[in-house]
Amino acid sequence: MAQIKVTPLGAGETVGKRCFLLSIGRKNIMLDCGMDLGFKDERMFPDFSYIVPEGQITSHIDCVIISHFHLDHCGALPYITEIIGYSGPIYMTHPTKAIAPVLLEDMKKSAFDQKGNSFVYTSQMIKDCMKKVTGIPLYESVMIGSEIEIKAYYAGHALGAAMFWIRVGFQSVVYTGDYNMTADRHLGAAWIDNLKPDLLISEATLRNSRPYCEKDFLKKVHGCVACGGKVLIPVFALEKAQKLCILLETYWDRMNLKYPIYFAMGSAENANSYYKMFVAWANQKNTRNPSNCNVFDFKCIKTFDRGCIDDPGSMIVFATPGMLHTGLSLQIFKKWASNENNMLVIPGYCVQGTVGHKILCGAKKVTFENNQIVEIKMSVEFIRFNTHSDENGILKLIQNCEPRNVLLVHGDEIKLKHLKEKIRDEYKIDCFLLCDGETKVITTPLKIPLNFSVEKLKNQITSFNAKPPDPKHRRFLHGILVMKEGKLTLMDLPGVFKENTGKSRHALNFASYIKIEMSVLSSLEILQNLYLILKEKLSNWDVEMSSQTINIERVAVVIVGEEKERRICITWNNQDEDLGRYIFGLLQSIG
Amino acid sequence: MKFYCLSNDPVHSCFVVTFKELTIMLDCGLVMEPILNFLPLPLVQSSKFSSCPNWIHPRVNESQLDGELKKTGNHVFIDSPPEFQPPLEKIVDFSEIDVILISNYMNMLALPYITERTNFKGVVYATEPTLQIAKFYLEELVEYIEIAPKANKACKWKEFRELHNLNNLNLELSPWKWKKLFDIDDVHKSLSRVHIAGFDQKIDVYGALEVSPISSGFCLGSANWILSTEMEKISYISGSSTLTTQAKPINQNSLKNSDVVIMSGLTQAPHINPDAILGDLCMNVVLTLRNNGTVLIPCYPSGVIYDLFEILSQRLDESGLTTIPMFFISPVAEHSLAYSNILAEWLSSTKQNKVYIPDEPFPHANLVKNARLKFFKHIFSEGFSSEFRQPCVIFCGHPSLRFGDIVHLIELYGSNPNHTIIFTEPDFPFLQALAPFNPLQMKVVYCPIETSLNFQQANKMIKDLKPEVLVIPKVYTHPPLVAPHREDLVIDRLIAKQIITFKCGECIKLPLKRKKSQVFLDPEVALNLIPQEIQTGVKVAPISGLLDVRDNVHNIRKCDEVVEGVPKQLVSSLFKKNATYEYGSMGPMDIDLFLKKLKQDGISDVKLTQTSETDGVLTKIKLVNEEIEINISEKGTHIICEGKQSWRLQIRDVLMSCMNRF
Repeated sequence: MAQIKVTPLGAGETVGKRCFLLSIGRKNIMLDCGMDLGFKDERMFPDFSYIVPEGQITSHIDCVIISHFHLDHCGALPYITEIIGYSGPIYMTHPTKAIAPVLLEDMKKSAFDQKGNSFVYTSQMIKDCMKKVTGIPLYESVMIGSEIEIKAYYAGHALGAAMFWIRVGFQSVVYTGDYNMTADRHLGAAWIDNLKPDLLISEATLRNSRPYCEKDFLKKVHGCVACGGKVLIPVFALEKAQKLCILLETYWDRMNLKYPIYFAMGSAENANSYYKMFVAWANQKNTRNPSNCNVFDFKCIKTFDRGCIDDPGSMIVFATPGMLHTGLSLQIFKKWASNENNMLVIPGYCVQGTVGHKILCGAKKVTFENNQIVEIKMSVEFIRFNTHSDENGILKLIQNCEPRNVLLVHGDEIKLKHLKEKIRDEYKIDCFLLCDGETKVITTPLKIPLNFSVEKLKNQITSFNAKPPDPKHRRFLHGILVMKEGKLTLMDLPGVFKENTGKSRHALNFASYIKIEMSVLSSLEILQNLYLILKEKLSNWDVEMSSQTINIERVAVVIVGEEKERRICITWNNQDEDLGRYIFGLLQSIG
Repeated sequence: MKFYCLSNDPVHSCFVVTFKELTIMLDCGLVMEPILNFLPLPLVQSSKFSSCPNWIHPRVNESQLDGELKKTGNHVFIDSPPEFQPPLEKIVDFSEIDVILISNYMNMLALPYITERTNFKGVVYATEPTLQIAKFYLEELVEYIEIAPKANKACKWKEFRELHNLNNLNLELSPWKWKKLFDIDDVHKSLSRVHIAGFDQKIDVYGALEVSPISSGFCLGSANWILSTEMEKISYISGSSTLTTQAKPINQNSLKNSDVVIMSGLTQAPHINPDAILGDLCMNVVLTLRNNGTVLIPCYPSGVIYDLFEILSQRLDESGLTTIPMFFISPVAEHSLAYSNILAEWLSSTKQNKVYIPDEPFPHANLVKNARLKFFKHIFSEGFSSEFRQPCVIFCGHPSLRFGDIVHLIELYGSNPNHTIIFTEPDFPFLQALAPFNPLQMKVVYCPIETSLNFQQANKMIKDLKPEVLVIPKVYTHPPLVAPHREDLVIDRLIAKQIITFKCGECIKLPLKRKKSQVFLDPEVALNLIPQEIQTGVKVAPISGLLDVRDNVHNIRKCDEVVEGVPKQLVSSLFKKNATYEYGSMGPMDIDLFLKKLKQDGISDVKLTQTSETDGVLTKIKLVNEEIEINISEKGTHIICEGKQSWRLQIRDVLMSCMNRF
């Protein structure tokens, strides 16, 4: 039995960083290399010392695969390549390769630079790291070395997000990363072939049970601007910004609204260009119909000018950063917060300690460092997106790819217990949870390929098909396995001796006799009687009678001698000893 | 394995192979040659083409032709909507085709004929750019023909065999096989049946075969296809290129070790030296523009034009012609330009790296932004007349000059010697394309930009790939018609172990006989095997198992322990579980050993006689009161037992312990 081993390098945290070590067929593959934004010390990164306490890590890892550009999946990549010194191959999809550095840079800047401490890795390191990455398209089967084969499938969780099929020898694994089985406005639904992997490692962060309502959001925003209010949407440069832009753009277009929408992305301005160029990775509906041109080519949305902050009249502004802790979004917030006509829309999670977090907790006043107090009179809306699959999505994926085992990772253990039982009951496959950082070992059946002569195979099939159909009937196969020069070939007996000259068969044949008691019957009649008996007893064999002989496959029964000296003679080869012995015993017992 | 050729054009090819009970169509090219026999379709009433006199054949009554044939200059044309040559029918039953594999967008244009007009029930595979760009080509083609409708479909002329060789076109195929173009509904329905494949993706075809498109470097998304089983490998090389300007470079490695290589799609302009062409083209453009002339470049809506935009704009800048606009006129111009810039995965690495900056991989987006390049659906589209300025460069379809806005533009500029028309697409012989427009005053320049392999490159590639069998169109073994003396423009007859040539409509049996196939051994069966070394490095073991066949995958699994209706002690016999095979000879040494062991076993009453026979020594051993006789010869050993079985079994055991067996 072969094994597949999965070890989380993120220790016990349920959310946070994603990083797994997959051992399959003597190969070690790192799946994702994320960081935990909740920490500021070494716990931020996965525990790489598990792989090798000290010394070179490269010789212990055959490749790194990144599923998508979110930091909890790729944040530790510059760390492992530039600081720990991993120099082996790294694979991700093209959009991930394009967008990941933008996010890494953004994080490095906004999360840490403000306190004056320099971050663990530098901008140059991010650049150097990305140079080592190989971008791959979907569905292409990529060979890493001569043994590892990987293939990316559309995951629908973020632009460029992919699920990976990994094969080493006859063992295979599907690693989903984060995925979403339902299409949304800017991304399509995840999809996978019927791969029948030995193991499916599925992300099980179930989606929020309470989805936000696009209609409500649009209505509220529309209502606000219609009354002359200003709407501030603090966002990170990527993803949610584009998602909301598409939403507003189509609504504005359909309703023929003219209120200005501004997009203030500062240095990350070109983030949108990536989306434009990789629009083929967005919802398939958009690409299949290029007459829509590019969905990320926003016509109603203009670039923001700082001067516009004080413009009278309604407007909508997207500004960075998303958690209102610094920068333009905070600046605008301070100006607009005290007007009850205005509105703040927070489209994402905010880290504790940020202004965004305070507001989400219901604060009515925010005090700043210089004792400036801002009263919040503007209305506040919080929206959440569904970028993960729900329970049905996970089940659907299992149904699509038919794994032999399922490993659910990163989820609420209690909720997942139920799901686990369901998978076991419904699909009759083994399902495990990987919630608490332990290693999981899954055994997989071996598959041993043999070469087999097409002619023999065809003969076998023809003879099988020639028989009347019978569900009990089996396709029996007997041959000689020849192992030569590392190749396994299934041959028949003459073939073995033909191919290995110098050796020949030495047949070991037996002849045994049974005396026939006095009988008035002729030899032929006796033989016919024997034939009937044998035919009945050996219904699964070919029992044939020719003029003087009964043949049961290669066992022959004849009658020799004359008159009183008549004997039954049974001859067989040593290979048919069991059958020969049985027939002898049978005939002897009849007498 | 059988091979059928359904197209008379080695570039816009269509083949069918049957292998492992599968029927696979390789490419679905549309042969457009017939359209050159038709009068151009002008956008507006053309005095030239509407006033052509009827052509009169000395042996055919004019009234029988009903004015279907017209004469202009020295040429005869059919006055009818143009007709095309789809893949030949009645050679292969299209309903039996399991898959169609498309190698590039040029070789997909006949697909609607197959999917919408036959009983085809299979699956079509193409790469994403192939599908998208083929859609542009087809949409453009259909629009060009539908925008200039002709009332009458001419067919009476076909009744006269003597007319089939109009204009001395070398018509291999009867005009009866020509067909009217499909409509836009057919196009969309047909394309919706195409499944997307990625490079190097291994696609399973009914478990019997794996097919995989690999980059061919010829154009965006272009692929060669590999058809393989565990034992056999067939490579289909279609339009391929060693250039690396646009598309991902060719993957030659994957084509190695093929049993069969089918090669088509070599250069259509083998006699032209490609190195000088681009320089020539730019020079002619610059010269014309300097003389205040306008340049017409008949083109398809994608492909080489992307490079031309890039090169020409640079060249014009260098020549100080910075204000000269370029116009790209095609019903799909806008989509083609937009689409080309979202294809990062399919581009050459230089272009691909641009998207990480981020920059658009092709510069034409910038050219459009700077109003250097302007695109319009048609010359009568809104805005064109106000934007239009001369001198300029106009890219416009269709390269056959039989339909599309180009027809009007040639009529407009043809009489002025300051203007130039430059042919870059090698698909149509340019003199024939121009024939209905004669006499012309404008300059005509032929600069075919051919990116596919030339004969020298093809020969080199075959040498590297070393296929067992090479399958090529017969025409590749003769110098091309355009250069009959160039003996070097052929595929070298000695380049492969075996070369098989084919012609249109032929069915050829390819020498690929499947000898070995793969079966899988269940580990449970393997665990019980006891391999014996019968020769240095050769181990053998008898195997008994049950064959499971599912999805064309063969598995050997463990035999059952119990079989209904079979005595328990016979189950092992039924499955030959205890079968052993003796080999080698029993020499004097072995016989001594045998006797010694018998003695140890308590059998010492032995009579031994040895006689020389023709086939060696025959040893006779009689024992146990002569109830058992053992005859040992070179070939085998016979044990004749007259008495109790227990004796026989005992002797069997002793004998077996003295013999080589497995």
